[in-house]
Amino acid sequence: MTHDAVIIGAGHNGLVTACYLARAGLKVCVVEKNDWIGGAAVSRELYPGFTYSNCSYVASLFRPEIMRDLELPKHGLQILPYEGGAVFKEDGGYLGMFRDHDANRREFARHSKRDAEAYDRYSRDVLRFCRFIRPMLLRTPPDPSTFRPRDLSELMWLGRKMGEMSERQIAETVRFWTMSISDYLDEYFESPVIKGYLAVSAIIGTALGPMSPGSAYVLLHHYMGDVDGNVGAWGYARGGMGSITRALTQSLLAAGGEVRAGTGVEQILVSGGRATGVVLSNGDVIKGRRVISNMDVKRTFLKHVPEAELPGDFVKRVKAFKIRGSSGKLNIALDSAPVFPALPEGAPNIRGDLHFTDSVEKMERAYDDWKAGQFSRDPFQDCMIPTMIDPTMTPPGKHFMSCFVQYAPPKIEGRDWTDADRDAFGQTCLDQIARYSPGFKDRVLHVEVRTPRELEAEVGLTEGNIFQGELTFDQLLFNRPVPGYAQYRSPIRDLWMCGSSTHPGGGVMGAPGRNAAAEVLREMKHPSGMSEAYAVI
Amino acid sequence: MIATSKTPLDHFRTPLLQTPFHARTAPANRLNHWGPWAGYMTALCYGDSDMEYTAIRNGASVYDLCPMVKYAVRGREAAAYLNRLTIRNAAKLSVGGVHYTVWCDDAGKILDDGTLFRHAEDHYVICCQERHLGWLLDSAEGFEVTVEEITEDIAALSLQGPCSATVLGAAGFDVSALKPFRMARFPFEGGEITVSRTGFTGDLGYELWMAPDQALPFWDHLFAAGAPWNIRPIGTDALNLARIEAGFIITNMDFIPADQALREDRPRSPLEMGLDWMIDWEKGHFTGRRALLAEREKGSDWALIGLEVPGNISAEGSILYYGKKVEAGFITAAAWSPSVKKSIALAQVPARHRGGHDLWVEIYALRELQYVKLMLPVTVVERPFFNPARKRATPPGRV
Amino acid sequence: MPSFDAILIGGGVNGLACAARLAGKGRRVLLLEAKAQPGGGAGTVEFAPGFHVPALAQTTQGLDPRVMAGMGLERHGLAFHPALTTTALSATGDHLIVSGGRAGGPDAEAFAALHRKLADFARVLAPFRGIAPPRLTNKGNEWGKLARYGLGIRALGQAEFREFLRMILINVYDVVQDELTDDRLKGLIAFDTTLGSWLGPRSPNSLILYLNRLAVGADPLLPKGGMGALAAAMARAAQAAGVEIRSASPVARVLVEGDRATGVVTEAGEELRAGLVVSAINPRLTFQRLVGPRHLDAGFFTRTHHIRSRGAAAKLHLALKGVPEFRGADLRSRLVIAPSVEAVEACFNPGKYGEVPKAPVLEAILPSAHEPGLAPAGQHCLSAIVQFAPHSPKAGVEAARAEMLENTLAVLEAHAPGLRALITHAEMLMPQDIEARFGMVGGNWHHGELAVEQMLFNRPLREAAQYATPLPGLWLAGAGSHPGGGINGASGWNAAERILAEGRA
Repeated sequence: MTHDAVIIGAGHNGLVTACYLARAGLKVCVVEKNDWIGGAAVSRELYPGFTYSNCSYVASLFRPEIMRDLELPKHGLQILPYEGGAVFKEDGGYLGMFRDHDANRREFARHSKRDAEAYDRYSRDVLRFCRFIRPMLLRTPPDPSTFRPRDLSELMWLGRKMGEMSERQIAETVRFWTMSISDYLDEYFESPVIKGYLAVSAIIGTALGPMSPGSAYVLLHHYMGDVDGNVGAWGYARGGMGSITRALTQSLLAAGGEVRAGTGVEQILVSGGRATGVVLSNGDVIKGRRVISNMDVKRTFLKHVPEAELPGDFVKRVKAFKIRGSSGKLNIALDSAPVFPALPEGAPNIRGDLHFTDSVEKMERAYDDWKAGQFSRDPFQDCMIPTMIDPTMTPPGKHFMSCFVQYAPPKIEGRDWTDADRDAFGQTCLDQIARYSPGFKDRVLHVEVRTPRELEAEVGLTEGNIFQGELTFDQLLFNRPVPGYAQYRSPIRDLWMCGSSTHPGGGVMGAPGRNAAAEVLREMKHPSGMSEAYAVI
Repeated sequence: MIATSKTPLDHFRTPLLQTPFHARTAPANRLNHWGPWAGYMTALCYGDSDMEYTAIRNGASVYDLCPMVKYAVRGREAAAYLNRLTIRNAAKLSVGGVHYTVWCDDAGKILDDGTLFRHAEDHYVICCQERHLGWLLDSAEGFEVTVEEITEDIAALSLQGPCSATVLGAAGFDVSALKPFRMARFPFEGGEITVSRTGFTGDLGYELWMAPDQALPFWDHLFAAGAPWNIRPIGTDALNLARIEAGFIITNMDFIPADQALREDRPRSPLEMGLDWMIDWEKGHFTGRRALLAEREKGSDWALIGLEVPGNISAEGSILYYGKKVEAGFITAAAWSPSVKKSIALAQVPARHRGGHDLWVEIYALRELQYVKLMLPVTVVERPFFNPARKRATPPGRV
Repeated sequence: MPSFDAILIGGGVNGLACAARLAGKGRRVLLLEAKAQPGGGAGTVEFAPGFHVPALAQTTQGLDPRVMAGMGLERHGLAFHPALTTTALSATGDHLIVSGGRAGGPDAEAFAALHRKLADFARVLAPFRGIAPPRLTNKGNEWGKLARYGLGIRALGQAEFREFLRMILINVYDVVQDELTDDRLKGLIAFDTTLGSWLGPRSPNSLILYLNRLAVGADPLLPKGGMGALAAAMARAAQAAGVEIRSASPVARVLVEGDRATGVVTEAGEELRAGLVVSAINPRLTFQRLVGPRHLDAGFFTRTHHIRSRGAAAKLHLALKGVPEFRGADLRSRLVIAPSVEAVEACFNPGKYGEVPKAPVLEAILPSAHEPGLAPAGQHCLSAIVQFAPHSPKAGVEAARAEMLENTLAVLEAHAPGLRALITHAEMLMPQDIEARFGMVGGNWHHGELAVEQMLFNRPLREAAQYATPLPGLWLAGAGSHPGGGINGASGWNAAERILAEGRA
């Protein structure tokens, strides 16, 4: 039996592609190496009775157009907005974040009256940049190096979008896209802790520091999502991030698609310059009219395709593709809710993201350690306790805490991570939390420590890079993943890409998967049935 | 040195602050009908909007103004600073005077409007709707001034209505000689009350400024003195009706501050909002001047106009059409006016439609749960719609 | 009635070029220079008795050809030594010679290929240096030139055009890691890229600075007679074109009358009027000190503070009583100590926090090796640019200077054993000293960091990017404007062209 499409990897993007194709009537089979489904958007019971979002941990970027098209709510998906957050300061104080605009202003005013009032201006300015970029997420990037009609018309569309902006706004956009978040924040704010908090979104997942040019763009990447129209807001998937891929799987099955989990792909079959299917590690062959890889570009082409089938330039570029892991993760089962004495009794901030890095400088120093091939001695952590809001993940009164940590290099001073390295890394993170939450360690029932090594081994993300490739301009838009191959097609006919290595990049967004499906269907001259991209506000 | 506020850590327990008058306004608010305003609870209606409106036009009404944002500008170059900041000439405002003013961004688009009070040669207070500390401080560079946000340091009431002067007199504050847009100070219980003959109703009225700890005693004193004139607290609903009749505009209702607008075609200039009369072109440079000069040369894109609408249905939220077909602007505020007995509206229209020729409004009128579409011809009229002589009379008529 | 058509403020290379161009077109130009001699960053100083070194800039990648020819500088005595070769020094004496896009060592071929590619990119970018930055509207652009230059990029061919788009905002670290293996070479390219900038090799957007350098010239040049001779030749040429140069005439402020710049007031109190005023000094100083907030919009004025201008280059001058020995390196070459790309990055790190690098990277020349007269007989002077010095030293300037000097001398000693014993006089100019001496805000040579977000239509600020400023009658012509600094003169020449095309001069 030959499938219309074999999709490698049941991560969220692979499933999104599969769903769209199955709903368009194609016979689709998704192949997954792990015996669980979801890639890095998973809920796993790694401690009895506790559900962990043990890779990705918050949702915002996942496009609502996709949720609607694929009827994910019908298949059980619920996104819960969360409240506020806090940065704990070394001096014992803290900066809280609140959903209420005026409460937030008063809180910021405790740290700077000026910054409190500047924050609105900053938010509006960033939102203006979001308005420009959002429509690009669900479009295939044009190739500026061709004269194909579609590329030209997409370039003209882009030109028109630019033309809708004033000279001022274009200049500001170019500035913002190329600046460091540190420099950008300096133009608005004076309080170190406020800047430290606002810089976070610019570094999460990247191998850049807050002082690296281009980091402001990364901030945008984290701001352009929304929870039900609330742009820039983040939420939890009820039941953990696996709820997203679970709903996708249900949607896929309902549309007649198939998922085969538990056996990975050994080789992508190429015959006569065309992809014709895959061979699994157990020797099974699954034939397909096309193969669509949700694996990152390095894994796809350097591990699963014979090099002889690929042009030399392409291989060279894939080899040089930057996919440096920069983060680690602690997943912690807690016997009871941690207490942060700095926060007043009943403060809602604990239901949001908790940080312990109170300045941009500390964040940048953490990055310097990474550059030197070490994990950060004083790392940045983005800690969340989703069970403060989501009642489904742990027994009552118990909690699951997710700690995203930067920076952790893919290799320690050039050599592989050892278990001892991993444990030292975990200890560093726990010590940091315990400094702000006395007795924290006594509440810990179980800790899963993940370094880039674990992320690569389990989920298959090369070097443990959560975005399947760095989000710098040389790897964005028509450059992602490789110039000339940014339209989800590869040098091999019928071999496609749909993972985060492709435009618009990583995060649990689903856009690459949707765009890839759109390209496949366009080539088949099949109507896509996809929603138009929604407007920002 | 970073200036910080002394806000208590647990401020989140009361996301909406109570004003210093809350102990009096709360029991008076029989409907318990509150809304948020700039982080404060504000009464939208105490009991009956019609009667509250009537108090504005017939007797004496009191509105709690505390949430208005206030900035103190002090220093030798305060006037020069404000002349750079605002489009009007702050140097020409004499001590003890007040004027309505506007400030713009570099592109000549309005950031906010507000009233400017001159307490001394070197001391002004700006009172406005939105928060601008960053902009005000940035603008202060190179000027010998300090700018401080003092919203919580001042409690304020607006006493409006034909009997307002009489009530103040009965309360022991003789304001008979106080001209419009002038201030006077009166001792009160060991402190001082500042009375300015200003307001947002287009009627005779005063605004009363005091320290927060004077708020409750003053309220009691004022209401005792005003009882014979049926003094009553009014909510935002009643005030909004009065301000539409007066033809006044409100930030974020009739225009959006330029720094808040996401869409670049949304901000408006003073010329577009009909405020060109306040620009002092001769006072020297001010922020936005060159852009406004250029706009004056080439013409504005938009115009704010006052409209009369046939019938008795409010045109709130409606779209305007030229020749019933081509969209030509929109209504920003509208109401049936009890005082002029007409349906009136403020509207923004493309400048070429400022004359109102063949201009129509499409109203969705709710009639017993069912919307009915009306297409009505509108007429451009002068603002204010309601302009009683008593608002200017000095001394004010005794009632 | 103004007696001049234009008053130029600042007699640096750009001011002289601009003035000469305007005068050459028949305009009556007065140039006011604050110091005793014009030249700005190009000058020669006797920092110790008998020892002459470049006061700031020690080499040039080359003057803009329009400046060279248009001012007739050769006629006025300007000549250069043969282009310098570069020696990437090794502490073990295993040096690498780089010159004319060729390098020895294991990467000879890879480097030649990389250089060809980057030189191609630089070639198609170079023409943009010679025009005013494009306006982002449909008016006010030199459309013909823009289209031609744009097509020039496309004419690289599809493969190279794709590479161009991929690499235009890439960092130099990734490029050298992808293409080269030799640490010496990688260190050298990383050093040359980040020279004079506030970026590390790993900072995205860094490669474009290397392209900009190549767009001017592949190898550094040394003027005969020293940098001072270059400045003197330019001044002579400007005067010959009719420019009146008044030295030691610092300007206190720009005169504004009727919302227009109508002249200047000197610090001596003299009022001078002209049809227009052209500032070739730092744009921040121009707007903040010479004009002031009262004549500018608040948003614009605030953003003059956002012109980032962190200087990270320090300048070292040494008087040596003998011949230094860099383990066999040619003393007439440019000596670069940047052992690896990581070493350059490691130097950048502490500067971010106001700290001094442990082992600075540097570029040294021995002017006396080219012209013995610059030092007493048998003795030498060494001039070096050392990176990265803290732009805002936490420990204070004095402590930072001492530490910077000590760390630099230790590095030099490691590469030239015995050098410390030869030193009779040492001077370390920190960015703060460079700011004080040359009016470069933050000590940044470019009068505003040369970084992508401050290039083209954002240089120095979008409202002043085409040399005209929001204040009618006031123009910019310094390195703070497109295309930026270096001893080159393009900013000044471009400004003059724009003024001639549009201004009322």
